[in-house]
Amino acid sequence: MAKRDLLSIDDLNRAEAELILDTAESFLPVLQRDIKKVPTLRGRTIINMFYESSTRTLTSFELAAKRLSADTMNVRAAGSAVDKGESLKDTILTLSAYQPDIIVMRHPQIGAGRLASRYTSASVINAGDGKFQHPSQCLLDLFTMRQALGRSLDGLKVWIVGDILHSRVARSDIAGFQLLGMDVTVAGPPPLIPRGIESLGVKVEYALDRLAEADVIYLLRMQMERMQAGANFIPSLREYASLYGMTLERLRSGQKVMHPGPINRGIEISPEIADHPDTLILEQVEAGLAVRMAILYRTIVGYDERSTDERGAA
Amino acid sequence: MTVHVWSKGGVGVDLLIRGARAVDPQHELDQVVDVLVRKGRIAEVGGGLEATGRTRVVEADGKLLLPGFVDLHTHLRTPGREDEEDLTTASAAAAAGGYVAVFGMANTEPVVDSAPVLEGLAQRAAAEATVPTGFFAAVSKDLAGGQLTEMHELAEAGAVGFSDDGVPLATAQLLRRALQYAKVTDRFVAVHAQDDSLMGSGVMHEGAVSAKLGLGGIPAIAESADVARALEVARYEDGRLHLCHVSTELSLEHLARARELGLAVTAEATPHHLTLTDEKVYSLDSNLKMNPPLRPAGDRAALVMALKSGLIDCVATDHAPHAQQEKEVPFEAAPFGTTGLETAFAALHTGLVLSKELSLALLVERMSAAPARIAGIPSPSIASGAPADLCLVDPKERWTVIAADLHSRSTNSAWLGESLRGRVVLTVAAGRVVFERA
Repeated sequence: MAKRDLLSIDDLNRAEAELILDTAESFLPVLQRDIKKVPTLRGRTIINMFYESSTRTLTSFELAAKRLSADTMNVRAAGSAVDKGESLKDTILTLSAYQPDIIVMRHPQIGAGRLASRYTSASVINAGDGKFQHPSQCLLDLFTMRQALGRSLDGLKVWIVGDILHSRVARSDIAGFQLLGMDVTVAGPPPLIPRGIESLGVKVEYALDRLAEADVIYLLRMQMERMQAGANFIPSLREYASLYGMTLERLRSGQKVMHPGPINRGIEISPEIADHPDTLILEQVEAGLAVRMAILYRTIVGYDERSTDERGAA
Repeated sequence: MTVHVWSKGGVGVDLLIRGARAVDPQHELDQVVDVLVRKGRIAEVGGGLEATGRTRVVEADGKLLLPGFVDLHTHLRTPGREDEEDLTTASAAAAAGGYVAVFGMANTEPVVDSAPVLEGLAQRAAAEATVPTGFFAAVSKDLAGGQLTEMHELAEAGAVGFSDDGVPLATAQLLRRALQYAKVTDRFVAVHAQDDSLMGSGVMHEGAVSAKLGLGGIPAIAESADVARALEVARYEDGRLHLCHVSTELSLEHLARARELGLAVTAEATPHHLTLTDEKVYSLDSNLKMNPPLRPAGDRAALVMALKSGLIDCVATDHAPHAQQEKEVPFEAAPFGTTGLETAFAALHTGLVLSKELSLALLVERMSAAPARIAGIPSPSIASGAPADLCLVDPKERWTVIAADLHSRSTNSAWLGESLRGRVVLTVAAGRVVFERA
């Protein structure tokens, strides 16, 4: 049987995406118990390979694997053979000799997960590849929306605001939000809206004048680390904050605010919004654990509904 | 000061190629004929020719006999990166693709920026190259964009033209000076048009596909803005300018205006820009990463129209071998370039001729006589008295491009896994059989 990778949100059809969300929901009670562990993936080996710094993604993948009783280990680029000039191909070949079931990989370059998948029999889960994809983030965003807004997301209007150009979250979310029937608008400074983005079926706004139409406002931070000095994507963070920062004045009642983190208070999000009850940022973090458990589980057992029974242990 | 090509010597072949459909638009030839080659020269073209003595007979029913191809834009990687290509393997690849002359770009290590480097290369070509090989010299020392090379001495040593290809000319003033000196040397200046500030850290064409993938975009204007600048300089200096690997419709608009003004400007397009589009990059296959990048369908169509009308003078491969380990990395980390010599005819035959976008005769003209004219070497020709520079093609053979079958030392072909129709089966260059498919 061909192995299952999760490299891009486009690898999933609607039913599969919804099955992951349902599976995540079924894991929620486990996370409320005193003993937060099930034996579902006992004896399975999961390697987290992180070539780029990460707090929430790495910790939640690691904890998700542990909650499912899998053996897990973390490999970071710094301090490993990668520092000694080993290529991605050779690192993957080396780690694959341990026969892992899943390799969770974050890498600064686009398509690194797909490349890695060519050299291993393990399933590869993309935990972020440069500016391209971050499918588990998208799934946890969808999960958070379902918890907050109800199971059907069809027809909801989402505005993704900020640095779209450098954002793998935006690319995953656009595809995933559309997959579940949502209407997506991207907004931000023109240099940070990728040319040709309309071809993905999104609307483009360069101002927040019509923000009131949004049911969900999804904020992105300015990825200064991906902007070359002198590239002039924005004149200043101060001007960005005044034009595009999310503030109480811009919030219509009933709107939900999301952000993949880390947030920059006072820039894309005002402190009042960050701490506002309609802001779902901590819910997103919490959802990350259940959703990543579901992703690991589905990667091993598959997307066939019938195999859901195996989850009996949960 | 003539342009030189160098290759190993050898005795001219005696050969009778019988029953092929010979196509040579220079003589409006398109008919089934026999071609007799004696001591490496075409002795007779006609019907019912008989072999005498030890003359080898090649029965070529159903095959195409074409004047051999000329490549104005090859990266030979020698000297310096012989692990990627050397003159022997480049010749083997060229011969397998039906080429009878290739011209190497100057961006080697060291750069071909002095007569001694060029003379050293010429010696190696005379010892190793089976297909006649010539060389560009750099415009600026070490391609650094500063001091001009000694262009006169390099031209005397046989350089075909001058180019800093691989990198754009740093300043308009450098191009101006090069075009001025090119008049003294009777050579052209070939420009890799690229505005670095617009190119940024882009790795593929900027458009719908890059928006989806998140890959840094190279806007079409990164090429066309520099084309416009180069044409302005060429106009002012009445200079002999050649535009390398034109890839966008915007550039073609500038070029068309230059033609209307009567400027002495020539231009080439690559097989990959003529047949592939940026949608291929969805695969994130690093073999599809080249500079200029694959463009959208509209640009490709405009390029084909330009090749047809003659606005684009010729096909050139921009054959760019890269070591396997350099390409087995994520797309962004891979170097730019695809090989092209072995697949050029098959890709264009499949993509343009069989799809009726271009006639076979025009394709042959654009791959053979046109580049030879720009280079300033005799055009390969199917006519009695001409040197035997020929290739024989099986137009029906369907083949899949497989790394193991390639003759180049590098396998970074944009066509790996593609099924092509039409394959070179025999190549005669400078009167010697340089390739024969087993």
